[in-house]
Order: sequence, then structure tokens, then C-alpha cells
Amino acid sequence: MGNVVVDVNNVSVRFIQNQEKVDNLKEYFIKLVTRKLRYDDFWALTDVNFQIEKGERLGVLGFNGAGKSTLLKVVAGVLKPTKGTITTKGVIAPLLELGAGFDMNYSGKENVYLYGATMGYSRKYIDERYDEIVEFAELKDFMHVPVKNYSSGMRARLGFAIATAVDPEVLILDEVLSVGDARFKAKSEKRVMSMFDNNVTVLFVSHSTAQVRRLCNKAIILDHGKMIASGSSEEVCDIYDSMVKGTK
Amino acid sequence: MEYLKNFYKYRFLFSEIVRKNIKLQYRNSVLGMFWTFLQPLLTMLVLVFIFGNIFGRNEKEVLNYPVYLLCGRLIYEFYTQATKRAMRSIRNSGSVIKKVYVPKYIYPMANVTSNFVTFLISLLVLAVVMAYFLIFTDTAMKLTPYILLTFVPIIILFALCIGVGMILATMEVYFKDVEYMYEVFCMLLFYATPIFYTVNSLNISNKIFQYALMANPLYSIVSMFRDCVLFGVPMNPNHILYSAAFAIVMIIIGGLVFYKKQDEFILHI
Repeated sequence: MGNVVVDVNNVSVRFIQNQEKVDNLKEYFIKLVTRKLRYDDFWALTDVNFQIEKGERLGVLGFNGAGKSTLLKVVAGVLKPTKGTITTKGVIAPLLELGAGFDMNYSGKENVYLYGATMGYSRKYIDERYDEIVEFAELKDFMHVPVKNYSSGMRARLGFAIATAVDPEVLILDEVLSVGDARFKAKSEKRVMSMFDNNVTVLFVSHSTAQVRRLCNKAIILDHGKMIASGSSEEVCDIYDSMVKGTK
Repeated sequence: MEYLKNFYKYRFLFSEIVRKNIKLQYRNSVLGMFWTFLQPLLTMLVLVFIFGNIFGRNEKEVLNYPVYLLCGRLIYEFYTQATKRAMRSIRNSGSVIKKVYVPKYIYPMANVTSNFVTFLISLLVLAVVMAYFLIFTDTAMKLTPYILLTFVPIIILFALCIGVGMILATMEVYFKDVEYMYEVFCMLLFYATPIFYTVNSLNISNKIFQYALMANPLYSIVSMFRDCVLFGVPMNPNHILYSAAFAIVMIIIGGLVFYKKQDEFILHI
């Protein structure tokens, strides 16, 4: 147990939701005066507990709305848990919705540095990996074109290339292994696989038990924010498959 | 300590955002960076044309009306642009904040800083205009060593913008209305700050009105700036104290509000 990289300890996340999103003062005051300002408590995660040790690959299974994305956000440090604690070690590379950090008016090259900086890397560090990124994304001729003129596939490729050019300790994958065309997909899966070989710790979210069986050695199932199963990926995938059958 | 370490790690993000804002500001425009000089110069000409006859006559108080105007306008412009950008910064970077962990205060701060850099560059215009009047006309304006103290009002102004920017950014996340309200407030500020007039020329008899005018920290900053650059006299220490205290209070409030609320931002953007 010496090498716990991600330690999720009794984590609960509560969203206080208004029935409708109120983001202007007029509505706020009208609702306040007419006492329609009701808040709903919504627990996206309740008492989730798990540890991932170095080099382990954890699959997170669950139906839509089970709290998978919330869990990833908590691990990525974007969302603070309402209760419980979470400790992570080392560099976390979230591959969540690639290209979110791009500025559309910026050229591809400039965006590489911006995106890198967003992930906390220095200019020098990106300099060293720049050529590799461009080559992997296959966008050599487009690096001086503003990203707004890229196709969505090009954008995703560039995002994937930057995000994986670094050597993170923890890799968070949110169904991103479906970037670009079939050829690039194979290439990106190969890249992720080679990162696996480098003993990277992985948190992988998917609906597909086939993928989880293939990529992960441990898995958990989330259902309505609760962790209902955890163990080796084979066992957990079997449970999940029977759950899916049960609902059909 | 933890915070400093974190900021150190993300210092490149800070500089990248500053760089980005400056680079993108005039991209696709033919004159590019030149607009930084041209814009204040042209608005100065417009204001001289409109108000020159009304407020510019009083040579004793304004010494040199175009320079008097330019001082006020440059400071006002920086203040409003910087705070407005800082205000929108969190919502504008929502897509990043929702996906990756970044220290959020970097956004308002970097946006103020990028405007600060443009402001410093635009001070060259002031230098050129002053040089023109000193060399080619017999202006009443004097250049004294006090001009070296110009950094005092500038630093206070920068601090004020950071503080106000943090407060506005936090408020804007919850209520987008703040944007429109602040727009109106900035217009009010333009008239409430002695940019194109002098306070004496207004002949205000109502004491309360006068105090209200002087409570504006931009009034102190503009006065100090002019004391250094235009009048060449030592600054009024009361102005320094008042504006510096105001800026510090704003930074404390802004920092606290931002720190307390930053974890909730993601739920609202």
C-alpha cells in the first residue's frame, strides 16, 4: 500500500440546484420576493471510496447520470468535494473534452503553448516537445492557421497530441479514445497503450465493458452516485453486464 | 507558501494569457499595435475639439489642455478596460475552468496585467505629445524631476484595478447583469472624474457634492499623475494615502470574496 497515487476518501458531492438557473438579478429578486427561490439538494456522489496505486488502471462504469463525470472532475481537482477528501500525487493529465483550452483566434502553434501552460507546463518544456506534437497531430502545414479554421477532427487531434505529449503520473480518460478517423483512432490508442507501459496510473470512464476489460485491471461501478461494486475488472464487468441485461 | 508555490508553477499560464491578450487585441487590423498610440491620440483630439473652448481657456489651472486631457483619459481608459476585462475573464474561460484545474485568480490578474502593458506602451503617446509642446510651443507646462515619481500613482492604479477586477469577476459569475450595470457606472465615472474639466472650474458650492467627487479614488490618482507629469510639483500626500488605502482595501475585499467563492464558480459558468 506504499504507493497510493489517487486516494478518494468518503467523497460526496452535493449540487445545490435551483429549479431553473437564475443568473440575472431581475429574476433573482422576483423569485426572492415571490418566494419561488427553491433549491434542490442533489447528491451527485455519496461516500465514494477507493484508492488507485501506481500503475493501476481503474475503469469507472455506470449509466448516464451515475456521477462518472463528477467523479473525474473531483479527481482532476476542478470540483471540490462537499464532504470527504481527495489526495493525488504527481501530474494529472485530464483528457476531458479535448481542445477546451483553445483560443479560436489563436494559431495552432500559439495554442500549443497556451494549452501547455494551462496544464501547468513551462514554455521550455513545450519547446522540447513541440515537433513531436505537430508530427503526431499531422498538422504541420496548419500550425499558422487560426484554430477557428480547423475542422473539429483537426482540433481534437491537436488537443490529443498536446495532452499526451507530456509524461503524466495520472491519466484521466473520458471516452476520448474516439478521436478523429479510424486511422488516427488506432494511432491514439497505440499512444495511450504505450503510456500504459510506462507505468502510468489511469482513470478510465466508459460505457463499454469490452474496453474496460481490455484496458483496465480494476473497475468500479457507480449508480446514482453510490459505488455499488469494486474489484478486478473482470468481476466488475460481469456484474455490470448483468445489470445492463437486467434493465433491458 | 502553498499558494506561492502554486502560482510559481502556473506563472507560464499567467504570461501566456497576458501575451495572448496583447497579441490578439489588434490582430486582423491593418495598423495593428499602432492603434495603441492612435486611439488615445484621436480621442484626445476629439475632446480638445469639444471641450477646448469651455475648459481649456483657464491656462493657469490646466497649463496645457491637450496634455491635461491625455493624462486623465489614459488613466480612465486603463482603469475601465482592465476592470471590464477582468470582470468577464472567469466566464470567458469557463470552458477551461470546467475541465482542468487552474488557479482561477490567474485569469482576472492576467487580464488586468495585459491591459497594464498596453497602458504602459500608450504612455509613449503622452511622452510624444509632451515633447511636441515643450519643443515647438511656449507652453506653460514644466518638466521637473518629479516626473520620476510617476510610478507611484501608476502602481496604486494597478493595485486598484486588481482589487476591483477580482470583486467584479466574482460578482459577474453569479449575475451577468453586473456587466451592464458596470458599463453605466463607467460612463458615470467618466464624468465624475476630472478628465476634461478641473474641479475648481465647476464652482461647486455644495459641500456634499464636492466630497462625493473627491471620494473617487480615480480623482486622487489622476491628480497625482498630473502633479508628476504636467505640473511638476510634489504630490499631495493625502492623495497618496487615500488612494493607496482604497486600493489595498479593494484588494483585500476582492481577494477574500474571490477566495471564498471560487470553488462555486464551476457550478455557475
